[in-house]
Amino acid sequence: MNGPHDLGGQHGFGAVAPEKNEPIFHAEWEKRALGLTLSCGAFGAWNIDESRHARENIPPATYLSASYYEIWIRALETLLERHGFATAEEIDSGVMTEPGAPPKRVLKADMVAGVLAKGGPCDRPASTAAIFGPGDRVRTHNFNPETHTRLPRYARGRVGTIEAVRGSFVFPDDNAHGWGENPQWVYTVVFDGREVWGEGAEPGLTVSIDAWESYLERA
Amino acid sequence: MHDHDDDHYHDHDNHFSDMQARVKALETVLTAKGLIDPKAIDAIVETYETKIGPRNGARVVAKAWADLEFAQWLKDDATAAIGSLGYTGRQGEHMRAVFNTPETHNLVVCTLCSCYPWSVLGLPPVWYKAPAYRSRAVMDPRGVLSEFGLTLPKGQAIRVWDSTAELRYLVIPERPANTDGLSEEQLADLVSRDALIGTAIVRVPEAV
Repeated sequence: MNGPHDLGGQHGFGAVAPEKNEPIFHAEWEKRALGLTLSCGAFGAWNIDESRHARENIPPATYLSASYYEIWIRALETLLERHGFATAEEIDSGVMTEPGAPPKRVLKADMVAGVLAKGGPCDRPASTAAIFGPGDRVRTHNFNPETHTRLPRYARGRVGTIEAVRGSFVFPDDNAHGWGENPQWVYTVVFDGREVWGEGAEPGLTVSIDAWESYLERA
Repeated sequence: MHDHDDDHYHDHDNHFSDMQARVKALETVLTAKGLIDPKAIDAIVETYETKIGPRNGARVVAKAWADLEFAQWLKDDATAAIGSLGYTGRQGEHMRAVFNTPETHNLVVCTLCSCYPWSVLGLPPVWYKAPAYRSRAVMDPRGVLSEFGLTLPKGQAIRVWDSTAELRYLVIPERPANTDGLSEEQLADLVSRDALIGTAIVRVPEAV
């Protein structure tokens, strides 16, 4: 979707402002926000792609003025309500009024180390051979779905070169919407800066993305 | 659901207070339902405060500098090479190492969300997640690097890796000169988190 999250190449956000000796967390609530998001992900009710889509669906004005962890919390509230774990009223008040849906799993303290160490691998066997190989010239799809995609706007309809076949992975555009994992081959595609940004692009700039096969056609 | 879209009009302290209350309400109701173990949240936070951080990535780099066989393994199969050092797990399941050379400097970004290799760098800094970096790293990398105090040679190419899939990137900076006598631990001390993202290079501190 062409949401507020798709920031590559947008103007107007000013200079990057690295904070000297930045703390890992700026406030106590950020710690709880991280822990809550990971604990609720462990319910097994939604996948990482659905959670990303919940974040990018936040209204632009809100998204762009929110901090990272606020974005996470807003998305989490949406997911909890959508999947029946808590009502909007309960989320607002902090007061339980009904049991809600049962999760597949509740993350306990003694499970945390194992769960973090295992992570969530997204590679899956593909059912077809890879269409492209290193050196192939490809053009990315020019589409503007209202649903989830990982093809940034700046990289749509561009001609680039396949640098490598990276393996086959869950297809997020389908997975986010409950349409199945539908694994596809993923390719690193390299664009010359001028292809993306025009003649005024920085000399010597190349930009790469990792693109699922259905994003690509032979150029 | 009551929406806090008016957050924008609160001052900084009230904004944080608002989020504090909001998050507390959420944790309270989820705990009451038996869905959340607050001690699990504590364990997650402690993990990223004390156990997982950029020191992991610095050790990978130091070993690559000191051991050419490991460096080749890292180039060929970063997931396995990094995993061999014990750095595996969440947001590091599928790793790639990209090596800086005199000809090419590498810079990592995620324009779409803030994908970041947690297992070797820990949690991302605020600037990495902020619109300014996410928007400009792919279009104006030299401008961005200058804001980190880094000016690259004019002829050095810049390769920007946008983390659009589940592959995570670790920049392997060039080893600085005059470090032949250093141990791996001493080499790791030289490597900053920013060098592992590409917004810095590794320099040897001036002898005093």
